[in-house]
Amino acid sequence: MERLTHPVLVNGEPREIAAETLAEALTALGYEGAVVATALNGEFVPQRKRAATPLAEGDRIEIVAPRQGG
Amino acid sequence: MKPLEFYGRTFGSRLLLGTSQYPSPAVLAAAVRASEAEIVTVSLRREAARAREGQDFWRLIRDLGVNVLPNTAGCHSVKEAVTTAQMAREVFATSWIKLEVIGEADTLQPDVFGLVEAARLLAADGFEVFPYTTEDLVVAERLLEAGCKVLMPWGAPIGSGQGLNNPFGLRALRAHFPEIPLVVDAGVGLPSHAAAAMELGYDAILLNTAVAKAGDPVAMARAFGGAIAAGRTAYLAGPMPPRDMAAPSTPVLGRANLT
Repeated sequence: MERLTHPVLVNGEPREIAAETLAEALTALGYEGAVVATALNGEFVPQRKRAATPLAEGDRIEIVAPRQGG
Repeated sequence: MKPLEFYGRTFGSRLLLGTSQYPSPAVLAAAVRASEAEIVTVSLRREAARAREGQDFWRLIRDLGVNVLPNTAGCHSVKEAVTTAQMAREVFATSWIKLEVIGEADTLQPDVFGLVEAARLLAADGFEVFPYTTEDLVVAERLLEAGCKVLMPWGAPIGSGQGLNNPFGLRALRAHFPEIPLVVDAGVGLPSHAAAAMELGYDAILLNTAVAKAGDPVAMARAFGGAIAAGRTAYLAGPMPPRDMAAPSTPVLGRANLT
């Protein structure tokens, strides 16, 4: 089956990703092995659910990591 | 001496230190060590795939061996704060959350209505919530009803360094909730501000900018650690009540007549 390319927003930036799920998108974008949390269209997606979370055109993906905080 | 307790866990240090705005990661690490803080605050921000900035930061924090208290800084709505808390729980593997729902841009004053709502949702979902709030007694009561077991009123606006803008309000909060751990969070600029809050009977101080933006953050971290410990000791020692008139400390009886 040919891979679908989805126009999506990754951390606010428009991207074309050849990925059908959120897990595939993280791999395609180069986040493998990184400690990150994800949200799709404003909803938290736990790590264990990323592989079962399909992507659709126009999805907003947020990928965050630990950072300095007060 | 009763140790500091948050959600059933006890701590020796009463200083919670923020990790932001230090001149370098090395200075941050040295300041945390010098402060003897056992809890540091952290956040979540967008991570670029190949920059890995957050990965390096997380490694540094883990190497310090401290407890992390993730925040929801910058969230202006209940939904943003709840989603951020959920992401933080997974990334940091803790159910602790410093809950910030910001209501006003100039003062970074909490939106106390959103705060109570978010606290209720998060507590029901198993989070242990540290709400960044004001000294308002009614809001405090609502936060406790929502499931919070600690309260973190501001001393002054975040990053302002003004100290304790409403000592009366902070004293009233302490008096109303004698059994609840109370942390002054935000606005502390000097070790004397921190000591003053501890002398009021506050349980701990959370600060960031006052250390990070000091000329020598490591020395300032040490100064805060000392001031907070001194303030706590003073509170337990029972400060004298102030009075309007002078009272000679040297005995009057037995004074020589030298006229």
